[in-house]
Amino acid sequence: MFYDIFIAPFVDMVEAPDFLMQVLWEGLVSGILYALIALGFVLIFRSSRIFNFAQGIMVVFAALTLVGLYAMGVPAWICVILTLGVMFVLAVAIERIVLRPLVGQPDIILFMATIGITLFLIGFGEVIFGGENKVMITEELGIPTGSVLLEPFGGLLILEQKDITAVVVAALLVVGLLVFLNRTRMGRAIRALGDDPQAALSVGISIQTIWVLVWFIAGIIALVTGIAWGARAGVSFALEVIAYKALPVLMLGGLESIAGAIIGGLMIGILEKLFEIYWGQPLLGGNTETWFAFVLALIVLLFRPQGLFGEKIIERV
Amino acid sequence: MKDTEGYITEDGRKIGGVVMEMKNITLKFGGVNAITDISFDIREGEIRAIIGPNGAGKSSMLNVISGFYIPQEGEIWFHGKPRPQMRPYEVARQGIARTFQNIALFEGMSVLDNVMTGRLTHMKSGFFSQAIWKGRAEREEIANREIVERVIDFLEIQNIRKTPVAGLSYGLKKRVELARALAAEPKLLLLDEPMAGMNVEEKEDMCRFILDVNDEFGTTIALIEHDMGVVMDLSDRVVVMDYGKKIGDGPPDEVRSNQEVIDAYLGVQH
Ligand SMILES: Nc1ncnc2c1ncn2[C@@H]1O[C@H](COP(=O)(O)OP(=O)(O)OP(=O)(O)O)[C@@H](O)[C@H]1O
Ligand SMILES: [Mg+2]
Repeated sequence: MFYDIFIAPFVDMVEAPDFLMQVLWEGLVSGILYALIALGFVLIFRSSRIFNFAQGIMVVFAALTLVGLYAMGVPAWICVILTLGVMFVLAVAIERIVLRPLVGQPDIILFMATIGITLFLIGFGEVIFGGENKVMITEELGIPTGSVLLEPFGGLLILEQKDITAVVVAALLVVGLLVFLNRTRMGRAIRALGDDPQAALSVGISIQTIWVLVWFIAGIIALVTGIAWGARAGVSFALEVIAYKALPVLMLGGLESIAGAIIGGLMIGILEKLFEIYWGQPLLGGNTETWFAFVLALIVLLFRPQGLFGEKIIERV
Repeated sequence: MKDTEGYITEDGRKIGGVVMEMKNITLKFGGVNAITDISFDIREGEIRAIIGPNGAGKSSMLNVISGFYIPQEGEIWFHGKPRPQMRPYEVARQGIARTFQNIALFEGMSVLDNVMTGRLTHMKSGFFSQAIWKGRAEREEIANREIVERVIDFLEIQNIRKTPVAGLSYGLKKRVELARALAAEPKLLLLDEPMAGMNVEEKEDMCRFILDVNDEFGTTIALIEHDMGVVMDLSDRVVVMDYGKKIGDGPPDEVRSNQEVIDAYLGVQH
């Protein structure tokens, strides 16, 4: 028993380093998508103190809209632009109809409102697009679908090109977002509003504009995540479960830290994959990925209630 | 409207016509009458003080001017026109900057970034134009940086430019807050107790800054202050409030000798 838990997995890792790299890669790909979703949460939380329960369903909704539009015969790239338009309209609608009337209400009310948004989007999405599983229009979007074969340590490492694309696009999105937040007028306004709403108003920042903006950014993130994940697992409401993975990521990284979201996401993606392959499957009959992240987050919280990055890193974007 | 001629002060500063006029402002919070039927005006280039005991409604008045509170009754005239109901950010965009009684800074940002937010109302290029016309956005950023650096020099906070504001002393925070307001190059500057909680030296500095801002940039200033000595030194005209009512209005000397003011305000020592 001791051997199986503490020795054997590491022996396996060392004996087949190419396979270990494969596992790490798979973990990294999931991790970066978790990080993206967590980033959507963090942006909205920072600028409005709202814990946006709807972030996950926005991923599904964006992916469904994209695929649905394509099914209606719209060219793929136009679909992307139209879907971005839909996400923008959604952001405006949420600000007008849900958030604005609720300004100043207790946080829990706003949280409940985002549950309302979730339920609405599920119902609305099913009525319009139907509930059945759909295929992501990966090739139509020009995303390469072949694989790259590498031979590290004389072994074999298979990298799917669509995963590589996802990682690259996600990384660009994150870098772009950081530059936006730190270097631009609107980015500064978002950070300012998160810091002190009263002071933000006094320097001419419109809360409404910023809210629409962050919900739209969250929508863009949702679309990118939806495309990447849809390419691996198809598009259906089942996609929503990956959004729940953002919860442990936020528990680890903190609700306000962008760095926390990224590092937390990567950590969870990689660790849950390692655990599943080297411990879960041989010892626990597999399928540990559904719960591992939550257990990990709970254990970390036992020792560090403020999350991995504590309070300090919060303010720095 | 009353005369728009203005007057010359004893120390030779030229005060212009009325820029802002509060007409019969009444503000209630539930059963509390924070402001009852108050009227007064602010002239271009003057330093206008609002004084009164605790809870008199001074901050409420500043909040009405800056759009944070919406009065139940009354009108605000700005530049000779009645101002429609505005949200605070719209007021800010009209060139009215303010500081708060309980400092409101962006604690997670550096001093420089805080002051930089004061330029937000002046930045024209939006997000998309920023992405497309990179050159223009950059030029704008540089121009804004220059103004911000000048304000920072002016208020003598160069040595803490890069420091996160969270760790600064109370006095310095107040100064950074003033810097942020000044960076907006406001037409009207509202200061809610700019010297509260400061030591004597800091107060003297702050007094000097306020006078210099007014003198050098001709900025119109409305300020709330408890310290009578300071008010007498700084202001051209004083509004005295008590329990939400106006009980005096005029030059400091005149107000000081007004019996009702003496009873209400000077009698109550703070
Ligand atoms: N947001 C608010 N909600 C409810 N009551 C308020 C609010 N703001 C002010 N008041 C009440 O209005 C009255 C005037 O308050 P205000 O803060 O304007 O006084 P002040 O003259 O600035 O006093 P201080 O010298 O203590 O700062 C007080 O009775 C206060 O309790
Ligand atoms: Mg006050």
